[in-house]
Amino acid sequence: MHIVVCIKQVPDSAQIRVHPVTNTIMRQGVPTIINPYDLFAVEEALRLRDVHGGEVTVLTMGPASAEDSLRRVLTFGADRAVLLTDRFFAGSDTLATTFALATAIRKIGETFGAPDIVFTGKQTIDGDTAQVGPGIAKRLDFRQLTYVSKLVSADPDAKEIVVERRSEAGVQVLKSKLPVLVTMLEGTNEMRRGTLEEAIAATRAEIVTWSAADAGVEDMQKCGLRGSPTIVKKVFAPSARSEKAAFVEAEDQTPAEALVEAIFERQPALQEDLAALAGGY
Amino acid sequence: MIDERFDAIVVGAGMAGNAAAYTLAERGLKVLQLERGEYSGAKNVQGAILYSDMLEKIIPNFREDAPLERHLVEQRFWMMDDRSHTGMQYRSDDFNEEKPNRYTIIRTQFDKWFSQKVRDAGALVICETTVTSLVQNGEGKVIGVRTDRKDGEVHADVVVLAEGVSGLLGTRAGLRERPEADKVALASRKCHFLPSETIEARFNLKGDEGVVIEAAGTISQGMTGMGFIYTNKECISLGIGCLVSDFQETGQTPYDLIERFKMHPSVAPLIAGSEVKEYSAHLIPEGGYNAIPQLYGDGWVMVGDAAQLNNAIHREGSNLAMTSGRLAAEAIFQVKSRRDPMTAENLSLYKKMIDDSFVMKDLKKYKDMPALLHTQSKNFFLTYPQLVSKAMQDFLRVDGTPKIQKEKASLKSFVSARSWWGLAGDAVRLARAWR
Amino acid sequence: MAEAPKAPSKQPPAGGRAASKKELPEHFKSYKHVWVFVEQERGQAHPVSWELLGEGRKLADKLKVDLAAVVLGPEGEATQHVIGEAFNYGADLAYLVADPLLEDYRNEPYTKALTDLVNTYQPEILLLGATTLGRDLAGSVATTLLTGLTADSTELDVDEDGSLAATRPTFGGSLLCTIYTLNYRPQMATVRPRVMAMPERVERPVGKVITHPLGLVEDDIVTKVLDFLPARDSSKSNLAYADVVVAGGLGLGSPENFQLIRQLATTLGAEYGCSRPLVQKGWVPSDRQIGQTGKTIRPKLYIAAGISGAIQHRVGVEGSDLIVAINTDKNAPIFDFAHVGLVTDAISLLPALTEAFRKRLSPHNRDKLASRRAR
Ligand SMILES: Cc1cc2nc3c(=O)[nH]c(=O)nc-3n(C[C@H](O)[C@H](O)[C@H](O)COP(=O)(O)OP(=O)(O)OC[C@H]3O[C@@H](n4cnc5c(N)ncnc54)[C@H](O)[C@@H]3O)c2cc1C
Ligand SMILES: Cc1cc2nc3c(=O)[nH]c(=O)nc-3n(C[C@H](O)[C@H](O)[C@H](O)COP(=O)(O)OP(=O)(O)OC[C@H]3O[C@@H](n4cnc5c(N)ncnc54)[C@H](O)[C@@H]3O)c2cc1C
Ligand SMILES: Nc1ncnc2c1ncn2[C@@H]1O[C@H](COP(=O)(O)O)[C@@H](O)[C@H]1O
Repeated sequence: MHIVVCIKQVPDSAQIRVHPVTNTIMRQGVPTIINPYDLFAVEEALRLRDVHGGEVTVLTMGPASAEDSLRRVLTFGADRAVLLTDRFFAGSDTLATTFALATAIRKIGETFGAPDIVFTGKQTIDGDTAQVGPGIAKRLDFRQLTYVSKLVSADPDAKEIVVERRSEAGVQVLKSKLPVLVTMLEGTNEMRRGTLEEAIAATRAEIVTWSAADAGVEDMQKCGLRGSPTIVKKVFAPSARSEKAAFVEAEDQTPAEALVEAIFERQPALQEDLAALAGGY
Repeated sequence: MIDERFDAIVVGAGMAGNAAAYTLAERGLKVLQLERGEYSGAKNVQGAILYSDMLEKIIPNFREDAPLERHLVEQRFWMMDDRSHTGMQYRSDDFNEEKPNRYTIIRTQFDKWFSQKVRDAGALVICETTVTSLVQNGEGKVIGVRTDRKDGEVHADVVVLAEGVSGLLGTRAGLRERPEADKVALASRKCHFLPSETIEARFNLKGDEGVVIEAAGTISQGMTGMGFIYTNKECISLGIGCLVSDFQETGQTPYDLIERFKMHPSVAPLIAGSEVKEYSAHLIPEGGYNAIPQLYGDGWVMVGDAAQLNNAIHREGSNLAMTSGRLAAEAIFQVKSRRDPMTAENLSLYKKMIDDSFVMKDLKKYKDMPALLHTQSKNFFLTYPQLVSKAMQDFLRVDGTPKIQKEKASLKSFVSARSWWGLAGDAVRLARAWR
Repeated sequence: MAEAPKAPSKQPPAGGRAASKKELPEHFKSYKHVWVFVEQERGQAHPVSWELLGEGRKLADKLKVDLAAVVLGPEGEATQHVIGEAFNYGADLAYLVADPLLEDYRNEPYTKALTDLVNTYQPEILLLGATTLGRDLAGSVATTLLTGLTADSTELDVDEDGSLAATRPTFGGSLLCTIYTLNYRPQMATVRPRVMAMPERVERPVGKVITHPLGLVEDDIVTKVLDFLPARDSSKSNLAYADVVVAGGLGLGSPENFQLIRQLATTLGAEYGCSRPLVQKGWVPSDRQIGQTGKTIRPKLYIAAGISGAIQHRVGVEGSDLIVAINTDKNAPIFDFAHVGLVTDAISLLPALTEAFRKRLSPHNRDKLASRRAR
């Protein structure tokens, strides 16, 4: 079985700051991490490989420094890492990203064997669209299984896969045909740690690095900014509300009573709603 | 177990470990470096001063690409009471030299850079791997390490212990004692982000110039400790450290201490309007010369904070760490080049080299300071700062009192707070320790 | 008195068509009207559809075009009912693809149905809910149509020349950005449940319904639904749609103290929630998380205890009518958007607060209140 996992190196958004005057992002010193959701996809891929044999290829599109993230996934036990890096990819929105990644996955197929499953995370913490997975599936003409909470079974011979997929109202148990694209939900498994041997091998491994041309991109117009139908017009920090909270001071009451008082003073209708909700007293 | 053998294993990728691994790899040795963090620097407390000289001896052209924040042109020392500070400051344009002597750095970024150099030099750096114990043979010679990874044992001719202040491995293997609570300080710090222009305006800086403020006094609530404020490009790192034993005795928390420091009227305006992004705490060895353990043995050497090589008085640690790492590596290289075994006897060369360097000389010079500051902490950190502040204020306040009377009054307050004997004794003790 | 919090940004959208060089390609000029995809699962419409119709109404009025509901589902009463509701929530017309193959949500037939409708009837704006279903579908449809999609928008507007300006959080919610799809049609956006206010429901007659065939047989569809396990009601929270929500954060210090939140919630008949770290620590199940990566809520009353009010939390609660914050730190960011604040230790306050509410809401007090009102 050949499994491709798409991962993304993202800024640790908890560390991002906004310039108080210019409202621009202060990137200095913001560490990068592997998009946390993608690790669940990686682990699921490794488990499948362990059961069915085969290989796991990790793929990312990003700057040269994304190599660090790929190498880290290799220490978990992935077999190969592909870095897609080219200035033509800069400024990609989801549509252009899926074009680049789908093209690279085709190339991976030609070079290392056709993939049976492509995994992505549910979403990234920087782009946060959850659209890249479905977009890749569409471009590769794979079936897509999103928000997968459990891989029930996979049969490489019958080319069948059964998963549990979370929907708003419950859980769908779906059966589909390989090749498929699966986006994994968080919290579905626990990331393994490779052996020391694997960690050493990963550190020495060659990362397959492709430019747009290497990956087989013919039409650069479909890449990066030019290939992106959406246009980001401005980025800004949420504005603060001018008024701060009114602080409750307890005078002749306890603080709790004063707070209840303040709540009902502001929203008199609440009292009846609450009485109805609370019921029984 | 891993079949592959290494010439040296370096435990830890902090300042000391990176210096050692780099120097060893650069000399052509086959080096494996193990770090428990996700990357070098991931666990290291940010915001520090880098001393160029010690790094130049390892990577001469480091200025070309190292992530340096600001070069220091000014040093301030504040003696603080609750509402004021009495300061001394030194600033010189001479520090605006072509190759500045001191820089502020952010450790997570700096360590990452250093680690890349280590890898470029040819060392194998494995992160997210904690060394759990040393492997010793029947005679007690260290022959390798065990890690928390599956099948995680690996052997080498020599192990460099650069694991930082906690020194768990060395302690577990019986190579050193656990640092006592009165020989380590707990330093906590916060990073206050501000636009660079704001920092430059508040500290009277231009371009990449930077300032360091060191502060002592009532901010440590009578405990032995010091506060510091460093300017980085876009953030001010601010922190305070006190002896762990003092925290235990007083029940103070590092968090409260730093909060109070931040709210001090001398400090608050410097960080007003900033965005705080991190709070972190880290231990600093403070035992000084007298606390230094055995530095070498059969198959091992110990460097940096792990070996208590830290000059608490001058807040220097990373330079001693880098230098000890480099010297240990050079000693190992020499033993290796002679094709000698890594025995204690042969590795004693490291001790000799470090004794001859500024590291031991400085530490020796201040060997009595830690104990003095500790036993006299109430005086040095509460009484004196308050007296000095009072005297300064009385002196500066123009209210018709003749100056001579003011001087006498402040002298009297010193004496009544601490007997003549006490004062004289403190002066002598301080002078002795400093000399 | 502090006003209800506004949506984070109120700057007018800048740029738009004027700022772009290209003219809208000729073949897109016929694209007109605003469409809202009405999501239904097992005969149950998702309320986000109505929220989107409310928002779509505003856009359509500004553009002076029609607002259409798109309903996909099996033939039958349930689907007819959903169509009726779409009109009650403001649709001018509806597009319907009714086919037994659309009984359960599956990507393939749904993508085909929706892309066929778009290609045939050519809307300029297409909105979907950012639910598991909506996000699954939107990505496929946008890629098939090769058009732009702004996911998880928090604000929608049209600028002077009629382009859709979709504002959404970026960089993990620390910032917002406004996104346009200038040279492609339709302009697609998804919006998370509860981000937009629920419009008023007005009984209206069913208007024009345009039906379109699916054009698929079961054998064309690769993915099969083997089973459906409805969420167990006991575990499923109604957090997003609750009138009163009580939540706790790291300031509570321990999972035991989180009981105080549950107790207050029970007393008030409220739902309880939490900040993200509590989910990460395993103190509280993940469906209770409020915020950018959890649920967005719009209750009448939101009580937050021991929550600092990080931006990612803030974006999930800003639509609440009344936000009450309890925090020991008077400089905590939550006080920047709460209406009522109390600077105190939540752990000791919460039991007292539960008691105070209990007293206040006792039948005795209620009667007193009623008689006072009557006077
Ligand atoms: C708040 C603060 C401010 C300071 N300011 C300054 C300053 O301005 N200038 C200065 O010169 N010094 C300063 N110091 C001191 C300086 O940081 C230290 O002296 C220096 O970092 C010591 O380097 P080291 O390599 O010995 O230890 P560390 O930098 O602590 O590195 C040890 C490394 O080993 C790793 N490790 C530990 N155990 C294991 C294990 N079992 N397996 C694998 N890896 C392990 C750790 O993750 C870590 O990366 C400051 C210290 C603090 C706390
Ligand atoms: C990509 C991304 C997505 C995220 N999504 C979400 C999300 O959806 N939802 C979310 O909530 N967070 C989210 N976060 C996390 C968010 O950034 C904050 O870290 C988190 O909200 C902080 O939780 P907290 O307020 O409970 O904890 P803290 O920030 O630690 O705050 C605890 C507060 O409790 C107060 N306190 C302490 N003791 C007491 C006491 N005894 N009584 C009263 N008050 C006390 C403190 O003063 C402090 O203000 C996300 C982060 C990222 C990077
Ligand atoms: N640049 C990229 N390189 C590789 N995979 C990506 C990239 N961007 C997104 N992905 C994958 O697509 C998933 C969804 O991303 P998003 O649509 O941005 O939320 C992520 O979890 C990744 O698995």
